[in-house]
Amino acid sequence: MSTARRNLPVTLAAHAVLLTYTVIALFPVFVIVINSFKARRDIFREPLALPDADSFSLIGYQTVLKQGDFFLYFQNSMIVTVVSLALILLFGAMAAFALSEYRFRGNTLMGLYLALGIMIPIRIGTVAILELMVSTGLVNTLTALILVYTAQGLPLAVFILSSFMQGVSDDLKNAGRIDGLSEYMIFFRLVLPLVRPALATVAVFNMIPIWNDLWFPLILAPSEATKTLTLGSQVFIGQFVTDWNAVLSALSLAILPVMVLYVLFSRQIIRGLTSGAVK
Amino acid sequence: MPDPTPRPKARWHIAVFLAPAVAVYTAVMIFPLFNTLRLAFYSREGQGRVFAGLDNFRTLFLDPIWSEQFWNALGNNFWFFFIHMAVQNPIGIALAALLSSPRLRFAALYRSAIFVPTILSFVIVGFAWKLILSPIWGIAPEMLDAVGLKFLFQPWLGQEGSALTTLALVSVWQFVGIPMMLIYAALLTIPEEILEAGECDGITGWAAFWKIKLPLILPSIGIISILTFVGNFNAFDLIYAAQGALAGPDFATDILGTFLYRTFFGFQLQLGNPHMGAAIASAMFLIILAGVSLYLFVIQRRLRHYQF
Repeated sequence: MSTARRNLPVTLAAHAVLLTYTVIALFPVFVIVINSFKARRDIFREPLALPDADSFSLIGYQTVLKQGDFFLYFQNSMIVTVVSLALILLFGAMAAFALSEYRFRGNTLMGLYLALGIMIPIRIGTVAILELMVSTGLVNTLTALILVYTAQGLPLAVFILSSFMQGVSDDLKNAGRIDGLSEYMIFFRLVLPLVRPALATVAVFNMIPIWNDLWFPLILAPSEATKTLTLGSQVFIGQFVTDWNAVLSALSLAILPVMVLYVLFSRQIIRGLTSGAVK
Repeated sequence: MPDPTPRPKARWHIAVFLAPAVAVYTAVMIFPLFNTLRLAFYSREGQGRVFAGLDNFRTLFLDPIWSEQFWNALGNNFWFFFIHMAVQNPIGIALAALLSSPRLRFAALYRSAIFVPTILSFVIVGFAWKLILSPIWGIAPEMLDAVGLKFLFQPWLGQEGSALTTLALVSVWQFVGIPMMLIYAALLTIPEEILEAGECDGITGWAAFWKIKLPLILPSIGIISILTFVGNFNAFDLIYAAQGALAGPDFATDILGTFLYRTFFGFQLQLGNPHMGAAIASAMFLIILAGVSLYLFVIQRRLRHYQF
């Protein structure tokens, strides 16, 4: 029946609109990347031309690699993102399991308490968070960032994961109990593998905001040794603002890791979103 | 009558499962949140702090220097939100509707490509657009020239009248992928039978979208609206990356996030003032709380959720 629903002009129009929007979405990235490979005069003379043998230049990248410690920034971002994600998934899944599996006094209240943070952004508490980190000596450490991002990610993680865990069959868990598995084993061996799609959803939802955040690195960890890639490129570009080659190359280098992550995980994003809905 | 189920033994594992999440969440999120609200009622005196009652709020709302900045930031923030609601969400819904049409080729490709800006950091987005719109580089004027519209070109980011709208549109460009994805997922859950039933009654194409699909995805539109609201009222990064903490030109792009940053952390000649910062954060908290409550208690109740 669906063929009858569509006809050629409509399909073509849909493609035209989507294609136009795709161009709008990708054009800025494209312009930045192609110009980062050009010599200064060609950036200005022919900004839309692809780099050719004549205009090709890596001078911008040389400046960036000489002047900025981009490998360190990258490493910092990587540590912060990976550790925060691991903690969000582990702690979030444990709490979600407790809330969805056991009936105990205060269950609903605890669920509501943890859900508060879904809607209230953690940034509102920044003044006191900075004070807390100063008093515990965690300012300018990656630990401070990891703690903040873990706290920020937990509410939604618990919410999504507990709704998934309610779908795990009770028979399976009870069979495990009869076989003498402890509650911890049931969680790690039986339940956790079954909610892997939900874990992936939670991970992709959290990964990008953590990687891209500028606010907390700026306030909690602005030292040279703890700069994340986002903050590092912001500061670098601010300093080299008139050196167009360096700015364009720094932008391209900052785009690269997220694009790699995206290519690796874009399936998970879609699958996560739709599996949440379709189940 | 004896209890049919045996009394459960102490269930320590529940506490063990809950403890790490509750501890981190309480210590790093909830406690600082309330502590920030508390700090808004104090002020610095010498080395210590003293209780100051509502003084900070009085300064914020009544002192001409502060209140002018506050209302400016708040007004800008509402405009920023308005542009998102008026541009980002309709575009997102339209794209999702097109993508979900059956048997559309390359749908996955379009979807992934349109989502690309959403994954880029504000720093990249802010600078990339700053360069593209820059009159020095001339990409924007050159492209307008190509379609004979060069006279339209203005240094949009540098003019007080257009800078905020331009940045809001840049933010729309960046985030249109989120409503698109969420609506797309919602559209996929609509069972084929319902659409086929509509088809039997002669409802197809546009009519099917307006009369069947749109009502069914209203709850998702509600969620997107509240996400946009919360996101916009604690936005900061894009403005900071593109215009700096002074949110130029002449504070034309200042929103609550940048105002909070300048006040709390200090910038250039201005010294940081944590207590005034806490007062601004409290105002932001109340605004967001009001928006979320409006959504939860008024809007969400009116939207019927359909179960299939």
